[in-house]
Amino acid sequence: MTFSSKSETMIEFRDVHKYYGEYHALRGINASIKAGEFFSLLGPSGCGKTTLLRTVAGFEGISSGAVMVDGRDMADVPPNHRPTNMVFQSYAIFPHLTVEENVGFGLRKDPRSKEEKAREVGKTLELVGLTGFGKRAAHALSGGQRQRVALARALILKPKVLLLDEPLSALDKKIREQMQVELIKLQREVGITFVLVTHDQEEALVMSDRIAVMFDGEIAQMDEPERLYRKPASQRVANFIGTMNFLPTRILSDGARVATEVQGLGLVEVDASQVSGAATAGQPVVGFRPETLTILYEGQQATDREAWATVREVVYYGDMTYYDVVIDGTDRELRLSMRNVFGRPVLDIGTRTRVGWSPGALVLFR
Amino acid sequence: MKFPALKTYTVAYLLFLYAPILLLPIFAFNDSKIIAFPLQGFTTGWFRMMWADDALFKALRNSLIVGISTSIMATTLGIFAARASTRYAFPGKAAGLGLIMLPMVLPEMIMSMSMLVVFLAIGIPLNLFTIILGHVLVCTPFAVAILTSAFQSLDKSLEEAAQDLGEGPFSTFWRVILPLVMPGIISSALITFTISLDEFIIAFFLGGTETTLSVYIFGQFRFPARVPSIMALGTILVCLSIALLTTAEYFRRRGIARTGAKDTGGFL
Repeated sequence: MTFSSKSETMIEFRDVHKYYGEYHALRGINASIKAGEFFSLLGPSGCGKTTLLRTVAGFEGISSGAVMVDGRDMADVPPNHRPTNMVFQSYAIFPHLTVEENVGFGLRKDPRSKEEKAREVGKTLELVGLTGFGKRAAHALSGGQRQRVALARALILKPKVLLLDEPLSALDKKIREQMQVELIKLQREVGITFVLVTHDQEEALVMSDRIAVMFDGEIAQMDEPERLYRKPASQRVANFIGTMNFLPTRILSDGARVATEVQGLGLVEVDASQVSGAATAGQPVVGFRPETLTILYEGQQATDREAWATVREVVYYGDMTYYDVVIDGTDRELRLSMRNVFGRPVLDIGTRTRVGWSPGALVLFR
Repeated sequence: MKFPALKTYTVAYLLFLYAPILLLPIFAFNDSKIIAFPLQGFTTGWFRMMWADDALFKALRNSLIVGISTSIMATTLGIFAARASTRYAFPGKAAGLGLIMLPMVLPEMIMSMSMLVVFLAIGIPLNLFTIILGHVLVCTPFAVAILTSAFQSLDKSLEEAAQDLGEGPFSTFWRVILPLVMPGIISSALITFTISLDEFIIAFFLGGTETTLSVYIFGQFRFPARVPSIMALGTILVCLSIALLTTAEYFRRRGIARTGAKDTGGFL
């Protein structure tokens, strides 16, 4: 994924700490978000991602450190004077106003004439695909439409930063996926810095230029989606982003090449660049994604190495099939994904099969 | 219904509750000074007699002054208390709210006696103003209860959204919070007005020489000849109450319809 906008910093967190009484909610956040970037804060509930977002909007104070927006310290700036606007998780559409009045809510102090403002409202409604909905009562809208009103209401003020707090979590799957794509397009169109909070790793991977994964009030890893997926900084991050298989490992020798003995796979040499951060249990493991394992049908050769395995579970998805397999000499089920190709049968539970794998696709957590 | 006995009981209960009220208009139009069956014939004379009674109109005027002032003051105080109790956390909040709500269950006799003692001791003359003070004391808990539920149902992020869109605390209150709690405010105003209107003990103790409608009506019962015209007055009050409650309900339902909230039942 390439990121080609001007790379000046829009938001900067400098050693941000936040306490709620005794509870240490943010534990030294350092990060900078570039102008025009689509940035996601990803983590399980309670990790501090929403709190961090709200420190940018001004709804949460911080205990120490600094939050800078566009080069300016936000410490003494109240929410109504910050160059940021927010899309709330509940959308917070004003129920007593029409769609138009909601979208135009923030224009009260705008010096432009009534007609110009009305035109602006119309243009913004068009931008979010709600042309013709202006006169509707806000409470009569569907979830997806409310979402668009919330977006329009924030975007009409042309903020430097748009903050989105789990904006898609209340929508059903189909509309959510559609909105993800629309949001990406919208962000490219308006060029505003988007900061998204989500607990949905797939959503973060799909939409973001960069993602900060947060656990327990700290940023565990900040990277582009592909790097985050390919080389998680720790086993905990790996577990949170997508599915990863782990096998216990013994490290035999260190250096530019690391020699290891992996349960069931035997002696494996990996490059130093494949060595990542901490394993969760303290004991080294290698991790690999489901798509890096391949079932080898009769007559097929492994591109790299292969092992015998038994199919324990088959999950058929139409275009894909997920298998849980146990490689000989190991005691755990590994998730394996195969694209379904015409003429290649889906295997049954209990089938013995060869499985192809590559040392180059492994990540070593130690 | 599965149990016919329960049905009978329900009907009997409702009759017991509302049938006496129906007697008011019946005797208001009955051509006899004695309140008893059989009825003697139709007359509107009692209404004319009531209409000619200057003392009654003075009492009515007093009641309206007391009722409207009480309603405005209690509802205003209620807005402050409800806002504070739903939005902020501060030490002593539970105790403070408990004390505000206490007059709801405290015997009015005790309150009016103690207020009377205090007013006399510090030399405040008894008049409509002292009645208003007493009424505000007993009406504020009702206002707080009604308004707290109105403020509680308000999503906090609506307020944050208004701030986020550039509004300060005051204009946020004005543009977002107030319109959304308006049905609650109207409810509170009407109910505190009604409570003040028919309150007797405080009005009797703290009124001095001023008479409110309730005290006036009580006084009139000493003269049997005046009773039928009191029935006429009662009839008018019943009609006005129904009109008032219907208005309150209309505003409540409209408020709910406008915000698209779920109707959880009102008075009617």
